[in-house]
Amino acid sequence: MIPAAFNYHRPDTIEGAVKLINEFGDEARVVAGGHSLIPMMKLRMTGLSHLVDLQGIGGLKGISVDGDTITIGAMTTQHELIVHKQLSSRAPIIAEAALQIADPQVRYVGTIGGNVANGDPGNDMPGLMQCLDAIYSLQGPSGQRSVPARTFYEAAYFTEREEDEILTSISFQATGGGYAYEKQKRKIGDYATAAAGVLIEKDGDKCSAASIALTNLADTPIYCEAAVAALVGTALDPGDVGAAVKAAVDASDPSEDNRGPIEFKKHIAGVVIRCAIERAIERA
Amino acid sequence: MNEMIPPKAERSAALKGLGTSRKRVEDARFTQGKGNFIDDLKLPGMLFGDFVRSPYPHAYVKSINTDAALAVPGVVAVLTAADLEPLGLHWMPTLAGDKQMVLADGKVLFQGQEVAFVVASDRYVAADAVELVEVDYEELPALVDPFKAEIKGAPILREDIADNLEGAHGARRHPNHIFTWESGEKEQTEAAIGEAEIVAEEMIYYHRTHPCPLETCGAVASMDKVNGKLTLHGTFQAPHAVRTVASLISGIAEHNIRVISPDIGGGFGNKVGVYPGYVCSIVASIVTGKPVKWIEDRIENLTSTAFARDYWMQGKISATKEGKITGLWCHTTADHGAFDACADPTKFPAGFMNICTGSYDIPTAYLCVDGIYTNKAPGGVAYRCSFRVTEAAYFIERMIEMLAIKLKMDAAELRRINFIKKEQFPYQSALGWEYDSGDYHTAWEKALEAVNYTELRKEQTQRLEDFKAGATRSLMGIGLCHFTEIVGAGPVKNCDILGLGMFDSCEIRIHPTGSAIARLGTISQGQGHATTFAQILASEIGIPADDITLEEGDTDTAPYGLGTYGSRSTPVAGAATAMAGRKIRAKAQMIAAYLLEVHDDDVEWDVDRFAVKGAPERFKTMKEIAFASYSQEIPGVEPGLEAVSYYDPPNMTYPFGAYICVMDINVDTGIADIRTFYALDDCGTRINPMIIEGQVHGGLTEAFAISMGQELAYDDMGNVKTGSLMDFFIPTSWETPNYITDFTTTPSPHHPIGAKGVGESPNVGGVPAFSNAVHDAFRSFGLTQSHMPHDHWRIWKIANDLGLHDK
Amino acid sequence: MEKMHLKMTVNGEEMETLAEPRELLIHVLRERLNITGPHIGCETSHCGACTIDMDGKSVKSCTVFAAQAGGADITTIEGLGNPDNLHVLQEMFKEHHGLQCGFCTPGMITRAYRLLQEIPDPTEEEVRFGMSGNLCRCTGYQNIVKAIMAAATEMNATKEAAQ
Repeated sequence: MIPAAFNYHRPDTIEGAVKLINEFGDEARVVAGGHSLIPMMKLRMTGLSHLVDLQGIGGLKGISVDGDTITIGAMTTQHELIVHKQLSSRAPIIAEAALQIADPQVRYVGTIGGNVANGDPGNDMPGLMQCLDAIYSLQGPSGQRSVPARTFYEAAYFTEREEDEILTSISFQATGGGYAYEKQKRKIGDYATAAAGVLIEKDGDKCSAASIALTNLADTPIYCEAAVAALVGTALDPGDVGAAVKAAVDASDPSEDNRGPIEFKKHIAGVVIRCAIERAIERA
Repeated sequence: MNEMIPPKAERSAALKGLGTSRKRVEDARFTQGKGNFIDDLKLPGMLFGDFVRSPYPHAYVKSINTDAALAVPGVVAVLTAADLEPLGLHWMPTLAGDKQMVLADGKVLFQGQEVAFVVASDRYVAADAVELVEVDYEELPALVDPFKAEIKGAPILREDIADNLEGAHGARRHPNHIFTWESGEKEQTEAAIGEAEIVAEEMIYYHRTHPCPLETCGAVASMDKVNGKLTLHGTFQAPHAVRTVASLISGIAEHNIRVISPDIGGGFGNKVGVYPGYVCSIVASIVTGKPVKWIEDRIENLTSTAFARDYWMQGKISATKEGKITGLWCHTTADHGAFDACADPTKFPAGFMNICTGSYDIPTAYLCVDGIYTNKAPGGVAYRCSFRVTEAAYFIERMIEMLAIKLKMDAAELRRINFIKKEQFPYQSALGWEYDSGDYHTAWEKALEAVNYTELRKEQTQRLEDFKAGATRSLMGIGLCHFTEIVGAGPVKNCDILGLGMFDSCEIRIHPTGSAIARLGTISQGQGHATTFAQILASEIGIPADDITLEEGDTDTAPYGLGTYGSRSTPVAGAATAMAGRKIRAKAQMIAAYLLEVHDDDVEWDVDRFAVKGAPERFKTMKEIAFASYSQEIPGVEPGLEAVSYYDPPNMTYPFGAYICVMDINVDTGIADIRTFYALDDCGTRINPMIIEGQVHGGLTEAFAISMGQELAYDDMGNVKTGSLMDFFIPTSWETPNYITDFTTTPSPHHPIGAKGVGESPNVGGVPAFSNAVHDAFRSFGLTQSHMPHDHWRIWKIANDLGLHDK
Repeated sequence: MEKMHLKMTVNGEEMETLAEPRELLIHVLRERLNITGPHIGCETSHCGACTIDMDGKSVKSCTVFAAQAGGADITTIEGLGNPDNLHVLQEMFKEHHGLQCGFCTPGMITRAYRLLQEIPDPTEEEVRFGMSGNLCRCTGYQNIVKAIMAAATEMNATKEAAQ
């Protein structure tokens, strides 16, 4: 498993990086942690002749909390997300999900930007970002623009990001209430058979706000609007939860793979979603 | 004077001999990153070889254009079958009496098959050139299902032998049929089953998998044209056999070939076979005059070398109403892939599958195995197994469970009723083996008591009630297994590989100052031979294990042996070590007697010395004897102190064990949590308990992987679905359970030190224990048989098919 | 492809070499710098045999390009201890039979080293989770876990004694 040759660039500014990918067009790819891209290159499943390494750009790293707004630089690693105390208190679902990604070595290197940007349906962060209603900042030759995570994903490996744009940061609002990220997988290092992120806020006995998103249950992450509608305003009784689970499962569209056939995945989706909702309610 | 002699126990302990948990001498280099594995080897001017492989499972190769590849700077050669043909090396013999293409000769028969070999200055250049070799294929329909091999219109795979009605193992009835192998009494067995009160019948599938050692296969061939010598370094579990085979197929005289197995990063059977990579490295080195390295990547490893299992075993077992077994019948359809490259002794095309009567006293049995060609990679290796013993053990332990269901009997009790009794050993099995020793009832009762079996069954009953009442979604499974292995191949009279008898050897040299070196025909791949064989010797010759160097793997220095697999090292080479040690001791006795000025018969062995009978203060230590052998003229005795033993075992050894697995299964997720795994092993005399325990942990983990998720899966078109560690299940420390180990000791009566071998027992016994636990959890809902691997979706499917998801 | 000038610190020594950007760090270490402790097991970042410590993180060096590692501070198994002064982990892997074929061992020990830096007094569960990026085919992990727990105890005792 030997990658084909390429030219290497390590720009130190976002502008420099954007300039490079503009210059080389579809022959260029940016690399963050590289743990999705490099295996593909080793299998020679992706042709590129210019690799633009983002590690030298200081502006892409770090986590900042400004009031209720949390902004995470694209080059922040999963490991950094897990150990960041303020992040863990303001949006604990992030660490809970990040700990279920890959394995320790991969989490040291894998970045949130890489995880959300490449459009791999197996990645956990895209679903989580839809759950958090995060906004992605993209920078291209004509400047910066924002795209909500919930509209970013078009199909497997196809996103709203233009080829000459770089995803630079992610921002979302701190969460209150209950949360859970639930994932079933065959082993550490595997993608999800099914995974779900859930946020629930309560006002008295009533559910005042909720968010539910799914991972690896379609060729894109799925934000489950109908499932959310089934919960908000209810007392979160078993019947309400059941209705939300059903709505979310109905929204899923998994495909068969080595983890199992569609029927099985839909069933596991139901189990995982229910578990996530119930745990989020417990914590709300 | 007398009080100056340290007590026996103290002197014995200082030897670190048999029974000592001696720390491993191998560990210093491995823990410091100073192992010496094949890919660590660099020779001056070394080139690197890489394969062009077939993307198709079945296709004609119309043409191969190597021009673009040859134009890449750094590319030295691109070999195809046309280049190998003049040397007669485009095909090679397999270990099973078949032949295999080294490089595609007109067609390809499995996805990943070797088509061309690029030789370049380094692995990067080689990989670039591989991409540029243009191969024109004409796709053919693939044969994936062995049960469709002989239907009308089935694609004919091996056109080279399509008209041969006689194969290496007798008559062939169809071009896709390899052999039929029978054992036992067909009519008698069928009669017994026909008139039986109770019969259980089931198809048991042991799925295709792969040994997947952490280090892949590789070789460095170096042809010294000046001296006419070929040195072949590589991941060989049987270096001496590789030398002989290399000589036979290359025509290079055997004395001009030196085969060296360096440190091997796990073998588990993967590294027994001879692969095209080895042959191509040799040819490339001869062609270029430079050393050539070939190292598999993981995908190549999983898809082209050494699959294991893939036995479809149709079984019938009969019994009286009281549960006494009256007969066992089995027909196996064996999927061998595109070439019959199974690593079995010549007379056993289905290995020792005829140990399938297991631990039970079964009056009559019949086994028939049909080998079939399919468009899959060749192999059929003994993956941590003594030649299909894993399949046999899985078969009988599933059939016993099936019979227990029919009898509505507790499966532990059914085993108890049918075990071969202690006093029946040596026991003649219905399928022709002579079990050397065993005490199954003692082991069984100890195991049941250790896990508190009666309480477990009560808890299980309660759980079931809770489940039915809707209070839990978890079921409890108790997996029982009592296995009997047959290892230590083997007696030359009935065991050979390519005509080479399966003896093994040890050569010992005692140095003047009383330390020693011993060399064996085996090769460790993690078993710790350098540690344990020195312990055997220490106890035999009274020289501390720490003063004994042990070497294996270099055919220029080690005595000839058949290598390490099938748990044969301790039973065969371990015996040779003890026997060579006894020769040393016999000579030492003569020297001691001379030095002590008494008759040979008047001295006796005392741990680390010979002493005059009745006068223990008059003695000569082995150290003194060793020095005397090199320094003094001793009438009638040659100088020096050396010995060699080639040991041909009189019989196999029959280790056994009692394993119990307890798991909790969530019927909604299909996830099984292993709560307890208890493993009692009886491997006869225990050489190093620490190493035995380590072997058991490792073997159980491989069993856990195989039974709970690991498979080498093909789709209907013949494409490999699990070709990398993304999908080929190898559990991490997180999924892997802890194990409780235990033992009884029933020495082998025919082995010099009574040892039987243990490396493979946990894999052989572990798989049925895990699988039986899954089945047991669903027994009360009517489950009889569900095929492995028991991954989440297959367990979920059991529950779903049984209607457990409706509520 | 043109080679680039690569500088990094490996086991405390400044090292320089020429390498193509695409060369994988594991190959640069093994082939160019002759540091053969880290091994290649799966090549898809699943097995951890190639684990090194890079800038204070456990990294699978089969999935890092040489070019990305320019300027990095790297420790491999060879840098953790030496024959006269073994690292406690090296001692404990020997003591508790935490290895068999030895192929995964350098990656295991190097990973365990970083794990114990971050969690000096881990539970068994933390060790099993923290080591889950490293596969072993021989030991079944039980003795590896035992060795790491023992090393933690030993290291903590040494630390306490020093205070």
